Amino acid sequence: MLKDLYRTFLEFLRTFGALQLFFLRLIAYSPAVLVRRFGLVVVQVFNAGALSLVIIMTCGFFVGGVLGLQGYSNLAKFNAEDSVGAFAALSLLKELGPVITALLFAGRAGTALASEIGLMRATEQLSAMEMMAVDPLRRVLVPRFLGAVISMPMLTAIFCVLGLLGAHLVAVDMLGVDSGAFWQQMRSSVESSDVWEGIIKSVVFGIAASLFAVWEGYNAIPTAEGVGRATTRTVVITAVSVLVLDFMITAVAI
Amino acid sequence: MNDAAEYLIEIRDLHYTRGQRAIFTGLNICIPRGQVIAIMGPSGTGKTTLLHLITRQLVPDSGTILVDGVDIATLNQKELYRLRRRFGVLFQNGALLTDLSVFENVAFPLREHTDLPNRLIRHVVLTKLHAVGLRGAADMMPAELSGGMARRVALARAMVMDPDILIYDEPFVGLDPISMGVIVRLVRKMNDVLGVSSILVSHDVQEITAVADRSYLISDGKVAASGSPDELNKASSDLVRQFMHGMADGPVAFHFDAPDYAEQLLGRDAE
Repeated sequence: MLKDLYRTFLEFLRTFGALQLFFLRLIAYSPAVLVRRFGLVVVQVFNAGALSLVIIMTCGFFVGGVLGLQGYSNLAKFNAEDSVGAFAALSLLKELGPVITALLFAGRAGTALASEIGLMRATEQLSAMEMMAVDPLRRVLVPRFLGAVISMPMLTAIFCVLGLLGAHLVAVDMLGVDSGAFWQQMRSSVESSDVWEGIIKSVVFGIAASLFAVWEGYNAIPTAEGVGRATTRTVVITAVSVLVLDFMITAVAI
Repeated sequence: MNDAAEYLIEIRDLHYTRGQRAIFTGLNICIPRGQVIAIMGPSGTGKTTLLHLITRQLVPDSGTILVDGVDIATLNQKELYRLRRRFGVLFQNGALLTDLSVFENVAFPLREHTDLPNRLIRHVVLTKLHAVGLRGAADMMPAELSGGMARRVALARAMVMDPDILIYDEPFVGLDPISMGVIVRLVRKMNDVLGVSSILVSHDVQEITAVADRSYLISDGKVAASGSPDELNKASSDLVRQFMHGMADGPVAFHFDAPDYAEQLLGRDAE
């Protein structure tokens, strides 16, 4: 049993090392791809970003609405319902925006990437490219990776804006918090460091989500079952690692 | 390039093992210029693996593969990619890029490897599509094509860089008789008109007989027989006869290795 454990550990280290090398290769090819294949990257920003807009905006709006409701009812206990704007803004910027966007992104764009790349392998399209002396890493993986990495911070920003709109609608228009107080409290309590924390998180989560999606797709076992499993693993691994990374970044930031 | 090399591709004493299973144990094959060479064998003998070895998508355990007299094991990635541009490969299912139209699929190698102006690319691509009879399908997506059409598009794509060597991996599998006849004729025509050499991996004995100049029959990791299709048809070896005439049992057993039938039914094999 000890031997099995040892072997599993060794296997884990091997995969982890391979993942890091894979990541370094993606990064190393990125500048050249950005310059020479910019069109491909734009298409992928559209696929990963623009096509996720509806789900991100809807969810952002409702999350903001819930923040408005919860913030109002709890802050009212301390006669501090005017602070609901600050409460919603800080929650969205620092935590909910980046984390929920990353989770939704993994479900919407990550799975699409993993299954697309997995199916390209299963149908020998990647092999065919290699045979045509075209490196699939540069032609297929890096543009998709970059497209997703570029999309994530923008989606997070849109999520936060829609969230504030939702909070404003609930707190000000429905529950009667003064609009001036709502914005004023927000302005006085949100620092630029809070915004930076959100931006850094969204960038890190974006890299993690894209990396796992591309990696799982590229290493999928080329069968229907294998591609299905790769898609599932993409969501699970991204969700877990986003939450762990969130804890780590928050710990450093505070 | 070495014009003095007698054969275009020469495989010497090739050994390759996958997992526990030895796929090739001392394989020798020579592929002369300008001919259609068929590589046949029962399913699972590693025919497709052999193609991957020739194009170095896999690396052999030992033995050498010479292309134009150059050992491909010594090439770095840049040289390897340059070599691969001389190959045109037709995959089993065509392997068209599903996000590109038929036209863009055929244009793909040109766009990747050349800086030709669009007008010229269009000219070349339409010429190749015309050669396979699918100029009218240029704007269709791969998902809209039938199996036979997809394979013809893939053939057009394989030829678009004017390769020296065309490799066909099971080009006849799953095609109706008409599409099959079309592909057979195309294979022969491409070979004779364009002056390329062709390697054809298949187990469709009749089609091979119609098109190949010379065939190799692979079994148990070695070349079991070679010669023109007519010679193979008349061969006396049990294995060759079983394969060429499609007999169920013979040296290649119908049953996969299994414990004794009666013992297993009685449940004694578990002990």
